[in-house]
Amino acid sequence: MFNYTFYWSIVWEKFPELLQGARITLEVTILSMIFGTALALPLSLWRRAKEGVGHAFATGWVELARNTPALFQVYMVYFGLGSLHIHLPSYFAMVAALTFNNAGYLAETFRGGLNSVPPQQLSAARSLGMSAFAAYAYVVFPQVFQVVFFPYVNQLNWALLNSSLGMIIGLRELTGATQAAQSESFRTFEFFIVAACIYYVMAKAIETLAQLASWRLFGR
Amino acid sequence: MQFQLPYSGLQWSDLPYVLLGVWNTLILTLAAATFGTLISIVIGWLRQDVPVARVVLAPYVDVTRSVPLIIQFILVNSSFALAGIPLEPLWVGVIVLSLYMGVLTSELVRAGLGAVRFQLKWASRSLGMSYWQELRYVSAPLALRTFFPGWIGTVIALTKDTALVSVVGYVELLRASQVLINRTNEALLVLAGTGLFYFAICYPISLYSRRLERTFQHD
Repeated sequence: MFNYTFYWSIVWEKFPELLQGARITLEVTILSMIFGTALALPLSLWRRAKEGVGHAFATGWVELARNTPALFQVYMVYFGLGSLHIHLPSYFAMVAALTFNNAGYLAETFRGGLNSVPPQQLSAARSLGMSAFAAYAYVVFPQVFQVVFFPYVNQLNWALLNSSLGMIIGLRELTGATQAAQSESFRTFEFFIVAACIYYVMAKAIETLAQLASWRLFGR
Repeated sequence: MQFQLPYSGLQWSDLPYVLLGVWNTLILTLAAATFGTLISIVIGWLRQDVPVARVVLAPYVDVTRSVPLIIQFILVNSSFALAGIPLEPLWVGVIVLSLYMGVLTSELVRAGLGAVRFQLKWASRSLGMSYWQELRYVSAPLALRTFFPGWIGTVIALTKDTALVSVVGYVELLRASQVLINRTNEALLVLAGTGLFYFAICYPISLYSRRLERTFQHD
């Protein structure tokens, strides 16, 4: 038992490849968060409308995104769309799948945030002559922003961890790059420990930056 | 010359294989949820009531939450292999998922115990209850009310996370459907069925938990 010699130098040789993978991880995460946010805003407004096509569409999206495994969503985009002859490279498939997932979760977060702003504020803004867009942009969203800030950062961290699913469809993000690098030497344990540390550092960096931003923005 | 790839369509004889995947998913979910809940009660109670444990457990909690599950599966799998104890994929899944769920759910246990008013604890202690009696008859039942809706949420998350155990070779539902896709090339059809299954499990539970949350908010 445990007559195993750890062999780290082989990991350091491949370290630049892992860092390159980490860069792709960050790219995929950030892109999917940007697109996810852009989609979640209208979805959350439609969810708040009590009926209509928009409400049904948004509800379907949110429930599908939240009640099926993220890996299933990745498969659906990569293999499912593939059988409709829409062949996405794994990079875009990953961004698309994570966007779908993020949008579903964020729509619910935003809906919670919107519900926390009293409806009278919207009516007041509208009766002062603001357009619906201006009322949301200048009155409602700034308050929502403060409420959803930490849940949003949580989702960002989830997206970072979920992007590791890229390995399964052959994307060379951090997990995929690690998988590829270890397959030459089968030093699985050493490689994945290092990958785990890189993930940890990235997750902590996001958390710390968010905390700093929150002190700066909201003074707490 | 033209090649015709030898795909064969879906057949009824594929059903047992899919059902095996369903069964494996359910077994894993049940086992991990049971052990995970037990672990979470211990960790949550330790983190709430024992200051030393809070410090000792903090890095463990932190790491479990910031490393992707896939990597945790691979690491546990390979560290058992290094130790010379080959482990069934099912057990890798149970170990990692229960520990993961234990950590996530311990937050709920902590929040639940923390929400019990300390006057109540003092009152019961001054009535002559021991620490354990107070925990068993006063704190725990009250904590359960805040714990339960969140717990259901983590069970849903767990059901979805079982899909990831396929990376260490466990044939659960998603893996089984992947194998079927490789043979039949009917990705959309097979995946739609698989998705429907997960949805059929998770959606009713999440509706139920939302209703519970609303009930608990009112009183």
